[in-house]
Amino acid sequence: MAPIPTDLEHEIENEQDAAPGQAESGLLSHRLSRRTFLSQASAAGVVATAAPLLVTEPAAAAPAAAAHDEAAAVRAIPVTLNINGEDRHLELDARTTLLDCLRENLAMPGTKKGCDHGQCGACTVHVNGRRVNSCLSFAVMHAGDKITTIEGLGSPDHMHPMQAAFVEHDAYQCGYCTSGQIMSAVAAVKEGFGPTDDDVRHAVYGNICRCGAYSNIVAAVQQGRKHI
Amino acid sequence: MNQFTFERATAPDAAIASAARSSTAQLGASVRFVAGGTNLVDLMKLNVERPAHIVDINALAVPGIDKIERQANGSLRIGALARNSDCARYPNVLRDYPVLSQALLAGASPQLRNMATTAGNLLQRTRCVYFRDTAHACNKRNPGSGCDAMDGYHRNLAILGTSDQCIATNPSDQNVALTALEATIQIRGVKGERTVPISDFYLLPGSTPDRETILEPGDLITHVTLPPPSPGARSAYLKLRDREAYEFALASAAVVATVRNGNITRVRIALGGVGTRPWRSPEAEAALTGKPVSGANFRAAAEAALAAAKPRPGNAFKVELAKRCLTRALTLASTQA
Repeated sequence: MAPIPTDLEHEIENEQDAAPGQAESGLLSHRLSRRTFLSQASAAGVVATAAPLLVTEPAAAAPAAAAHDEAAAVRAIPVTLNINGEDRHLELDARTTLLDCLRENLAMPGTKKGCDHGQCGACTVHVNGRRVNSCLSFAVMHAGDKITTIEGLGSPDHMHPMQAAFVEHDAYQCGYCTSGQIMSAVAAVKEGFGPTDDDVRHAVYGNICRCGAYSNIVAAVQQGRKHI
Repeated sequence: MNQFTFERATAPDAAIASAARSSTAQLGASVRFVAGGTNLVDLMKLNVERPAHIVDINALAVPGIDKIERQANGSLRIGALARNSDCARYPNVLRDYPVLSQALLAGASPQLRNMATTAGNLLQRTRCVYFRDTAHACNKRNPGSGCDAMDGYHRNLAILGTSDQCIATNPSDQNVALTALEATIQIRGVKGERTVPISDFYLLPGSTPDRETILEPGDLITHVTLPPPSPGARSAYLKLRDREAYEFALASAAVVATVRNGNITRVRIALGGVGTRPWRSPEAEAALTGKPVSGANFRAAAEAALAAAKPRPGNAFKVELAKRCLTRALTLASTQA
């Protein structure tokens, strides 16, 4: 799956930072960013745990000792997750939250980790069409669920109307709460809420913005809701 | 977070058998059920909860465990796995028990309400900062180790039902409404099924703050049942807190009252944010039953409700705040059409 182009990757492509002789190296023969490194690592079948750079072996390779088998079962539970319409087959440490699974195991960092405790909403995704905080459930609990992330909502070339509204109304500053705001707003429109700006604020109060872009967020939601 | 083995249960007896392996259902349980996960996963990240085994009960095959169903006798049976958001907007709840809907919608956030379940909400733990931080002394987490809240930050903690061991509040909104509605809790355990009134479900901290409910190892809450609604009852839930949303109560009140010819013939009152458990107030109810609707009578009832309050310096403001909260809730309820 080709990574979505980002400013960061374009920056590195444009930088003249490849040392002489490095052009032959496989890794540096094309643009390299932290994001592409992780996505290539996942594509190569390397399983990342909650500590992202730690590599564990799949359960099949574990020795026969019972304690190790049980420990391996804890560290490598097979689960198929349906993410943005695509089935992804994973082996996960039971402790991996849905949020960490998306960001680290699946290299889908569009969903953000703000507080990791359900107190900010930055990690909002849709599970079976309903908005939830992905930091507070374990990924292995979601077999059979349909999960939608910001990456599945739209793309830079084909933005979801709510995304387009956020862009048009400059409804972000640092952008870190933004994917959660958009996911929350889209689900809120489906749940239904009243017509006023106060109704909008009440509908998405589970998403906090440290930069204080609230007034533009409200305006964006008021526009985006008309096109869903 | 500690490692744990994980099981997704469909047969209730298997889930109960797994949970019964734990020596306790209280703090320190080695086996935990997970439904919404909004409290358990939170506490596991803090290493306050460290179960060795987790049983996912979201697919449990118990009739009605995820539904809300009116029973033949007019009561409303709410499944343990019914999500808070679904319960809040359920037609029967809105029409017959609006105080429950108001309480649910006052709590948490839309995302959390989509995940949280009825039973999970019953069992949510205190927000005391020292309970949530294993670097601090906490008699609830570690009996006998002391309580750093007593002389520390206790603005959000209890003034009713406290002991010299623990002043932790039960932070839920749902549970306050369920208490005023006199809900009963259906539990299935290793010895079969039983029903417990919510007024008997929670334990006072006393000298055993680590014991919070009457649950035994293996116990699985299956339903919460509300008695048939009182005809003509008016109700209100009022929540007071430091900000308008996404915050726990400093003080809250749930009121269900029947008014005939300007007199209160029946009233049920529960307070939140101020008690070590959802705080039913028979004192306030007695002060009001048979009395005319009036601000003075409401205030007298509030005085009765808080007469036994034992505040500490950092939460002494709650005594007056809770009185005004209850007085206002009674006014709101009684002025409904």
